[in-house]
Amino acid sequence: MNSNLTRRSVLMSGAAAVAFGSIVTETTAQGPKKGGTLQFAISAETPHYDNHGSDTYATLHFAAPFYNTLLRFNLDKFPEVQGDLAASHEVAADLMTYTFKLHPGVKFHDGTDLTSADVKASYDRMRNPPAGVVSTRKATFADIGSIETPDPLTVIFKMKAVNASMLEHFASPWNVIYSAKDLTADPNSPKTKVNGTGPFVFVEHVKGSYVAGKRNDSYFKKGLPLLDGFKGVFTLQAAAMLNALQGAQVLAEFRGISPAERDRLVQAMGDKIRIEESSWTLNLLVCFNTEKKPFDDVRVRQALLMAIDRWGGSQGLSRISTLRSVGGVIRPGSPFATPEAELTKLPGFAKDIRASREQAKKLLAEAGVPDLKFTLWNRNLAMPYTPAGIFLVDQWRQIGVTVEHKQSDTAPYLAHMNAGNHDVAIDFSNLFMDDSSLGLAKYLSVARAPENRSRHKDAELDKIYDEHLRERDPEKRKAMIRAFEKRAFEMAYQQPILWWHRIVPSHKTVMGWKMSPSHNLGAQLEEVWLNA
Amino acid sequence: MLRYTLGRILQMIPTLIGVAVLVFFMLRVIPGDVVEVKLRGDGGNVSQETIDMEKKRLGLDRPLMIQFKDWMVGLATLDLGKSMWTDRPVVEEIGIRLELSFQVAIMATIFAVLIAIPLGTTAALMRGTWVDYVVRIVTIGGLSIPSFWFGMLIMISLLTFFNWLPPITFTPIYVDPIANLTQLIWPALAVGYRYCAVVARMIRSSLLEVLNEDYIRTARAKGVYEKLVISRHALRNALLPAITVIGIEFAFLIGGLVVTEQVFNLNGIGMLFVQSVSRNDFTLIQGMVMMIAAVYVVVNLIVDLLYAVFDPRIRYT
Amino acid sequence: MSVAALPASMPRRRSAVLDFCRQQPLGAISFVIIVVMMFAGVFSEYAAPYNPLDIDFASILAAPSWDHLMGTDAFGRDIFSRIIWGSRTALVIGFTSSFIGSTIGAVLGVASAYFGGKIDDWIQRFVDILLAFPIIVLALVVVAALRKSVLFGIDMNLIYAIAIPIVPRVARVVRAAALSIRVMPYVDAARAAGYSNSRIIFRHMAPNVVAPYLIMFTAFIAQAILLEASLSFLGLGVTEPTPAWGLMLSGNAADFYREAPWMILFPGAAISLAVFAFNLFGDSLRDYLDPRFKT
Repeated sequence: MNSNLTRRSVLMSGAAAVAFGSIVTETTAQGPKKGGTLQFAISAETPHYDNHGSDTYATLHFAAPFYNTLLRFNLDKFPEVQGDLAASHEVAADLMTYTFKLHPGVKFHDGTDLTSADVKASYDRMRNPPAGVVSTRKATFADIGSIETPDPLTVIFKMKAVNASMLEHFASPWNVIYSAKDLTADPNSPKTKVNGTGPFVFVEHVKGSYVAGKRNDSYFKKGLPLLDGFKGVFTLQAAAMLNALQGAQVLAEFRGISPAERDRLVQAMGDKIRIEESSWTLNLLVCFNTEKKPFDDVRVRQALLMAIDRWGGSQGLSRISTLRSVGGVIRPGSPFATPEAELTKLPGFAKDIRASREQAKKLLAEAGVPDLKFTLWNRNLAMPYTPAGIFLVDQWRQIGVTVEHKQSDTAPYLAHMNAGNHDVAIDFSNLFMDDSSLGLAKYLSVARAPENRSRHKDAELDKIYDEHLRERDPEKRKAMIRAFEKRAFEMAYQQPILWWHRIVPSHKTVMGWKMSPSHNLGAQLEEVWLNA
Repeated sequence: MLRYTLGRILQMIPTLIGVAVLVFFMLRVIPGDVVEVKLRGDGGNVSQETIDMEKKRLGLDRPLMIQFKDWMVGLATLDLGKSMWTDRPVVEEIGIRLELSFQVAIMATIFAVLIAIPLGTTAALMRGTWVDYVVRIVTIGGLSIPSFWFGMLIMISLLTFFNWLPPITFTPIYVDPIANLTQLIWPALAVGYRYCAVVARMIRSSLLEVLNEDYIRTARAKGVYEKLVISRHALRNALLPAITVIGIEFAFLIGGLVVTEQVFNLNGIGMLFVQSVSRNDFTLIQGMVMMIAAVYVVVNLIVDLLYAVFDPRIRYT
Repeated sequence: MSVAALPASMPRRRSAVLDFCRQQPLGAISFVIIVVMMFAGVFSEYAAPYNPLDIDFASILAAPSWDHLMGTDAFGRDIFSRIIWGSRTALVIGFTSSFIGSTIGAVLGVASAYFGGKIDDWIQRFVDILLAFPIIVLALVVVAALRKSVLFGIDMNLIYAIAIPIVPRVARVVRAAALSIRVMPYVDAARAAGYSNSRIIFRHMAPNVVAPYLIMFTAFIAQAILLEASLSFLGLGVTEPTPAWGLMLSGNAADFYREAPWMILFPGAAISLAVFAFNLFGDSLRDYLDPRFKT
């Protein structure tokens, strides 16, 4: 394994040094046992089975056990990567070539052998989807020049440009490998047909009710999976999910619950329930629509940001919602995050909230809008969008700003923001890894980033981003990220309110599942076993 | 009688057409579309072209009147189209969930009718006494207590006092009757309480009306046994308006089911409805509304025909 | 109790209100409840001990005490104050939607009955179509589609959404009541004598429909409050942080049932009590006004 990547070694040591929360571990007298069916809750039902065209964990929790990816994250040493289908991988020193050697003897569930052609077909589908196929990560793989398959067990990716995050992207849980045969017959077959190489074979999907899979006896990793099968039950209401956990009708929920829900489970179930916590790669942002007055005035934007007492507010909010950590553009606690000392210098992060608020009122008066009134546009989800909205309304009330809080369902919520009709909105950022290539993408000019809800155009931010993508020296990269953050926050287009906190409950009989900062990871279940 | 029936059936059609037109245009007014939710709902950064391509595939970019024409033509051939969220036929999506909701509705109806008839009759017969007052309070309570709150209280009581929860996945009654009944009896109760109250009140008031009629006075004057007066004359005539109410309320149980299925996490029509509305899945919403309207119209027809059978005066108007 | 039982020396014209209270004690009690509600709604600023929007993270999920009569919610907001302010929301929505819906429905019903013929047919068709919609879908589309306009902090489109299902139901009943007058010969006579349509309608038909109108108006206030609670529960009605009873039950209130059952008990009880009072009042009113039931 090539070790020339100083960046990766930084990440490795960083990961060791920076904890990602507390993980409760137990030791058991015996080793893993085989057998049993794991019944767990999935809080949303996916509309189809194709992970290439999805951005929701609902598809992952549903389909990941049926598939493999080339690489995946090593959850014991996040964010290190390890091979899944790839027995070994090699990265050229100049980061322009990635070579993967596949495990021999891997079979799809329909009996056909996996070869490099399948890998090529899957990645071609992601970066160049044929007509009628949706690939939500097309832009991510734009830097791939060509994919070569010199022999059935080797895949070589040749890049067009240096992309320092490429290895992590190969480990993305969404990049499942489909059978080339299936894709040629019907490029959209993964949406309705499940045929993978994964540890479990698809049994049935009862719409609105559950998905079931059984052990793949010819799985290429000997001895795995440990479970006989699994059943993912769709619990679309949090209350129903908690009730089911309490009643042991499901043994775990792998996305994350709120602190109040955790407290309820712990009170009701005592030591039958295990709680694992970590900071989460999700955040909520407040975005000002720079195309509307008076939010085109940077003073107004800064003032509104400065009125928010993040440090104080997070105490209360973290007790009743999944919002917790104060952080900038990168998840706090991860290797590239800005340390607190520097963060407090940026607008919105000062610890002396009274001084900040005085300053904010002055700025508003200067800008000519001392009693500002506007509508806060928010999504209609109880956790944690509602508390975030209520919190912001209250914070702005303290500097004399009157805000009307409007929540709506996802469809009109997105439509309204796409059309640029909002004044100020609460947006969300859902990442599966800490890498800045994903995290910073939201702040790019609106022409490049359709998900930029503040609709700003800033050539300087774009420039820093593009340069940092190609930068291989981790220290230089960190500096560029800091510069990016400083500019983005001083221009106050949008800013994270708080980062989330992930709390995963599981019965103590469920063993082998690994916690991580993203609910999109760890869904494959191959090493999970039941200690019944 | 036949002419009357045919006439009523013909009247159904313009109503259904009116519903189809209204629901189609009302939905298109809503901002936001299903493609955005599907592709960007969880924070993905999909390009505008991808969104446009999906919209094209679903036919959402065509002019409104063309989409409307397709919808009406499809209706005529009973083809309700495909759900925009899952691409499966609307009929299939509804069909999977229909059994559960239908069973809850039937159970609620049985519960309601079994309790409402004796309750309403007693209240009418003992009008002005404390029995009447108690029944009035109980039935008005049934109309007043939000069924979702009632459902929440049921679930919480089960958990707190019995530490037991109903099964979480649905098994049809012919597969495992115990699991099935223990799951569905609670939502049936929650929805049925209100239903029972409405029917009981209807029976009470229509029985009171009938009891004031001349022919009852005559029968009593003739010395007919009071029990016979009630059962043979009064109740029979009072039941007819009650049947109307039972029928109409059954068709409208969907309203109660929408919230109740949320509380009990049931995979039924109500839950499907809320989901499709929040996703702007137009074809599914349209299909469901048409189905409910059809049920309502058919139930109305049956009730009208029953009236005509029992009350000859109606047939000849 | 019958009029004949009264001593002959009593004055003939008794106050209708006192009469009502005697004949319908339940109705009188419900009226009192309604008055208390209205008091709380009108004078919320004075009646409520706390500002319902005040967040207090230090005392979240507090149990009922002298400090907080009904406890606090997940944000530390005083539940008692929110219930009082909530009655304002409920009453405004209830009265306005019911008034708009009932009045439009009554107008349609009377017009339908009076003009008969084609107009009657078309109005009936329209009423039929509206009745075939589940209330929820009608409500949802109106709430989402109409542009927001706010009065007293309440979305007018929510009020229209609740008023619209009321229209056909009132139209039906009022039409039936007006029809029973229509067929009376004196209407034809009045027409023949050349009285204008509006005079006939207002002088003759309208008084006959006043009783059912009032009864339905009251009954639909109850329905409106219930419908608003359901819509808010589903997330389609009033939004945070406006205090509204249905809203207080939605979201993750149910998650706290163990540590803070008061969060669920009080708002639900408030809804039930309010709807109960209006229903009972309407019921008693109907019993009182319907001459057939006077013993």
